[in-house]
Amino acid sequence: MNSLSDAMPDAPPGTSAMGRPALPAGAKPYYWSLRRELWENRSLYIAPLVVAALVLIGVFMGALRLSERFGAIRVEPAKEAAVTAIPYATAAIAIIVTGFIVGAFYCLGALHNERRDRSILFWKSMPVSDVTAVLTKAAIPLFVLPAVLFAVVVVTQLVMLLFDTLVLAPSGVGVARLWAQWPLVRTSVVLAYGLITLSLWYAPIWGWLLMVSAWAKRAPFLWAVLPPLAVCLVESLALGTGSFARLLGWRLSGAFDTAFSGAIPGSAIVDLQQIDPARFFGSLDLWTGLAAAAAFLAAAVWLRRSRDLS
Amino acid sequence: MTCIEAKGLRKSFGSTVALDGIDLKVEEGRILGLIGPNGAGKSTALNAILGLTAYQGDLKVLGRDPWVRRDQLMREVCFIADVAVLPRWMKVSQALDYVEGVHPRFSREKAKAFLAKTTIKPESRVRELSKGMVTQLHLALVMAIDAKLLVLDEPTLGLDLLFRKQFYDSLLNDYFDGARTIVVTTHQVEEVQDILTDVMFLDRGRVALDCSMEAFGQRFVEVMVHADHLNAARALMPIHERTVFGRGVMIFDSADRSQLAALGEARTPSIADLFVALIGAKTQEARGAAA
Repeated sequence: MNSLSDAMPDAPPGTSAMGRPALPAGAKPYYWSLRRELWENRSLYIAPLVVAALVLIGVFMGALRLSERFGAIRVEPAKEAAVTAIPYATAAIAIIVTGFIVGAFYCLGALHNERRDRSILFWKSMPVSDVTAVLTKAAIPLFVLPAVLFAVVVVTQLVMLLFDTLVLAPSGVGVARLWAQWPLVRTSVVLAYGLITLSLWYAPIWGWLLMVSAWAKRAPFLWAVLPPLAVCLVESLALGTGSFARLLGWRLSGAFDTAFSGAIPGSAIVDLQQIDPARFFGSLDLWTGLAAAAAFLAAAVWLRRSRDLS
Repeated sequence: MTCIEAKGLRKSFGSTVALDGIDLKVEEGRILGLIGPNGAGKSTALNAILGLTAYQGDLKVLGRDPWVRRDQLMREVCFIADVAVLPRWMKVSQALDYVEGVHPRFSREKAKAFLAKTTIKPESRVRELSKGMVTQLHLALVMAIDAKLLVLDEPTLGLDLLFRKQFYDSLLNDYFDGARTIVVTTHQVEEVQDILTDVMFLDRGRVALDCSMEAFGQRFVEVMVHADHLNAARALMPIHERTVFGRGVMIFDSADRSQLAALGEARTPSIADLFVALIGAKTQEARGAAA
């Protein structure tokens, strides 16, 4: 029986086609599973691109107000940063919020749709384990989405900056001040750090959504949203407390305060000095969140493996 | 070399017993037809073999326990579990890319050669293809994989006659080479009759018949009995009797052939007729009782 051992070579020699990345055999199922997720879920990058396009259209149309913006600074110099930087921060926030909403719906569908349309029978006929399948799906919101959002935001802000420069150049004033107010390299570092910390902070949410997606027979959205709300309701009625609701609220909103120190509440504009990785990665809340995410993903693997398919 | 070996394979869903202790042995190079009424446990048996469902009892497929490492098993086992399970959003070219990427035994050239015989275009999406074309695509993908075992669960359900015929023709001509093993379930028994080397009837989770087609031809005889020999024929204990155009048609199990020849025209029954003889009556009783 052991003549059929797993020592079989993973790729017969000479079969790797031209133009394909040379990958170690162990990485190939992950790489191609990731590719297939992006083939299927084009909204992951199309939606942020559409928002970016809308932002740019708005900026072009609002170009006339740019000198107005700079005029205001002369009156109240203290507001300079806020006035010049706000459109850039707004663009970033619009793209990122869109991206994370798309990411949430991606997770809800990722393990549900394949059962609904029975294509899971095709995926399971391939030598790709359930662990690989679930981990690649989890990698989309955890790593791929932040990378996509980073690229889209930086390119959008670069176009905005060049456009504003062109508009301001004839008057000669403000160009240097504009670049001083939105130093793209520094803000990109802040953005990259913010995106990485936010997606890690949200890891238990991604894990929960994926687990519900693997579990729910129908309506995964309702199954994902209603039970946590029900727990909040029961807790407040039975005990008169709101600790679970506070826990959820902190999970949804706490990333920023944990990742940046000295952040001004309500202000979207952050500086390099406020980046505080020691605090973020030393935070117990981050690690309990990651542990919960690991448990949810393990459950998702178990569900995908043992769910009855007929 | 044994390809599939099951001993006392059991599976129940709640209080419903889908498989009630099945013994099964499929040697390499055989083409086994798994025949049974709806709910007989065919799909459950195949799902167990493919590592898609947990089970009780012993099961080894190519020497491995399928439930433990489905991903490793799938390097050497292919299956078409149903028509139209290919993801509808996928392009034909993406399907080739993906399978080539994850499957170490896939030959893109072979798949393209099979597809060249069809009207399927590489840029088409699966949702744009007809049901028959989706099956052709799936078959092209599967036949381009150098697998040891191919499992087909109702692979031609809902296809028109031409596609069904073509499906089994290409399977036999372009794929089966005597070293591979094929397990197929279907309700269209007459279509697979001529390609099977072995047949197994399942009925309510149990094996009702398990024999090779050679043994099948030796064991079972169907006789068109002359009207004046009816009583003599009944004395030989046919397992089934029906009337066709006013003449009695009886099926005998392991009866004396020379005696039977005297009663009328004797031949090997079709799998479908034997199926009705062995299982049909019982099922009808059960259904009648339930109704």
